[in-house]
Amino acid sequence: MSINRRNFFQVLGLTGLSMGTGKKLGAEPPKKDEKEFYAILFDATRCGGCQSCEFVCAWEHDLPEPDPEDIPEVGVIRKTNENRRSVINAYDTSQGEVYVKNQCMHCCQPACTAACLTRAMYKTEEGPVIWRGNKCMGCRYCMVSCPFDVPKFEYHSPNPRITKCDMCFDRLKEGELPACVENCPGEALTFGTRREMIAEARRRIHEDPDLYYDGIYGEDEAGGTGWLYISPVPFEELGLRTNLQKKPYPELTKGFLYSVPAIFVLGPALLLGINQSTKNKSNSEDNHE
Amino acid sequence: MSNSNYTSAKDNEGGPVGKFLVAALKPRGKIFTPFNIISFPIILLGLVLIIIRFAKGIGSITNLTQEVPWGLWIGFDVITGVAFAGGAYVITFIVYILNVKKYYSIVRVTVLNGFLAYVFYAGALLLDLGRPWNVINPIIGNSFGVSSVLFLVAWHFLLYMIAQLIEFSPAIAEWIGAKRARKILSGMTLAAVIFGITLSTLHQSGLGALYLMAKEKIHPLWYSEFIPVLFFVSSIFAGLSMVIFEGSISQKVFFNQISPENHKAHNGILLGLSKICAFTLFVYLFLQVIVFVHGKHHDLLGTPMGYWYLTEILGFVLLPMLLFFYSYRKQNIFMIKLSAVVTMLGVIINRLNVTIIAFRWDAAVQYYPSWMEIVVTLTVLFTEIWIFRWIVNRLPVLREPPSWVKE
Repeated sequence: MSINRRNFFQVLGLTGLSMGTGKKLGAEPPKKDEKEFYAILFDATRCGGCQSCEFVCAWEHDLPEPDPEDIPEVGVIRKTNENRRSVINAYDTSQGEVYVKNQCMHCCQPACTAACLTRAMYKTEEGPVIWRGNKCMGCRYCMVSCPFDVPKFEYHSPNPRITKCDMCFDRLKEGELPACVENCPGEALTFGTRREMIAEARRRIHEDPDLYYDGIYGEDEAGGTGWLYISPVPFEELGLRTNLQKKPYPELTKGFLYSVPAIFVLGPALLLGINQSTKNKSNSEDNHE
Repeated sequence: MSNSNYTSAKDNEGGPVGKFLVAALKPRGKIFTPFNIISFPIILLGLVLIIIRFAKGIGSITNLTQEVPWGLWIGFDVITGVAFAGGAYVITFIVYILNVKKYYSIVRVTVLNGFLAYVFYAGALLLDLGRPWNVINPIIGNSFGVSSVLFLVAWHFLLYMIAQLIEFSPAIAEWIGAKRARKILSGMTLAAVIFGITLSTLHQSGLGALYLMAKEKIHPLWYSEFIPVLFFVSSIFAGLSMVIFEGSISQKVFFNQISPENHKAHNGILLGLSKICAFTLFVYLFLQVIVFVHGKHHDLLGTPMGYWYLTEILGFVLLPMLLFFYSYRKQNIFMIKLSAVVTMLGVIINRLNVTIIAFRWDAAVQYYPSWMEIVVTLTVLFTEIWIFRWIVNRLPVLREPPSWVKE
């Protein structure tokens, strides 16, 4: 079949038409059942370091009751561990003492779920990153990969679990707020869709630019996270990691993983080719002898 | 492994098979050798520690922390061990793909070594898994984490073990006298070799790719997006140095199994391998320099970690490269063996740097392996050597195959 002038214009017209419709289809509003990720906004200007969130977190997840004498203190960095998934730390900053809460950041594209070879670490479509014990084999690759060092491992149990904040996923399914958000007396925590929370954070910064440092921690960090922070001081003063890349962490292994199918197809072909050519050569040499 | 299954399956028939079993299990050679006297108590102690580990959790015998979740068992047993097992794919590439028959006499022993290394070092991974009963999840297909590098590595370990077993299986067939099976199995060798080399390329680099997401956790002098390439290239000389090292020991220990021709040929093989090592070390050094220049971390060279980095690159890459070139030019076999040992030390240092020493080098609580982790590592290593010796003493690995085999 050869292409004549008429055919050429027909094809051109059809292509143009399909491109036009394609654009129209892409511009359709998102479907109604398409969910947005939930997020929690932490406002450091409102946090008084009362640790209510730590206590309710422990009750909610059947963890040992926090030690009442272990309170946030400037100069002491309290870390999350297998028995506590949320901690408040105090920092002496240029604006006086500021408290900050640490827990799983619930990244939009988490390193831990990309790392997990059994899909035990799982990014739910609601937004929380949860751990599923029936799948996990305890390899701890999620811990190696997490840029925030969030997942913790029960090293002293014969049936160890990976523990971390799950944004009270069970409560969310019941239509309730995460325990820490519901019980925060200072209203330092706000819950909503990620889009709403970013808008809310911007509103607060815009309305009171003297009070807030101009920035939202978690908007871009590690490709965006499900916890967002606003504060009176730059975030490095609050011990938040500011050296993280803005791209999602799974991007780092994408190139390698994409090369796998190519090598699987081309590798054997190349090897067989070399084998055949060297074999023929040695055979012909043998014949000459 | 499969040969024991084979014999036990036939066990019910009794008679000649029973005799065969007894003969197979009977120890050969002296029992009270220095190696046995040292290794046996360590293996026993290691087994006790493994029982404690499964009863009380990984933390009961290891020093792992929440920030450094992978220690000696992963960094040394798996990641370094697999690099040393790389000799199998390099030698099979030379012999079966390039058809260089000069190295044929060391194929079997290298493949056996590689196979056992994978079985034991990947097996050591089970000790490190917190929930090993779920290890089949990524295999049987109810939870495919296809976006994970570890998923790729796990599958490749499994498939490569099968490929190596097929490559080695003619020796098993010769041992039990299965002539027909041997013919079929040798027919599968080339396919297994091609498959095995492809798998090796991917998982040797994959072991490096595991650390790609730990971008801020690894010291900038060791982290780069080229870790997979560096791991792959270094696995070539790591594997070949192991072949030189192990071959030199086998020449002595299993002296009477090796035919006089192969004894004579061995020096020629070592010379050839030393040339390959020298050139791949050069490629590796060149890559390291490019990565360093692109990384723009010159300022870090003046720090303690910088001195350590220079030690690794100059002392354990540049030096063995020059040693290999020199010993090849002088045809000095002793120097080749020495270069191989320096290269191996360099590979150990490099792998431990990426996985342990430069990993969270800034952590408040540094990780040092406990003595119990070291004993378990030695247990794995010694058990592998025991099994290796057991097989070499019985199967035609180093010795000539039975007379009914026509090559």
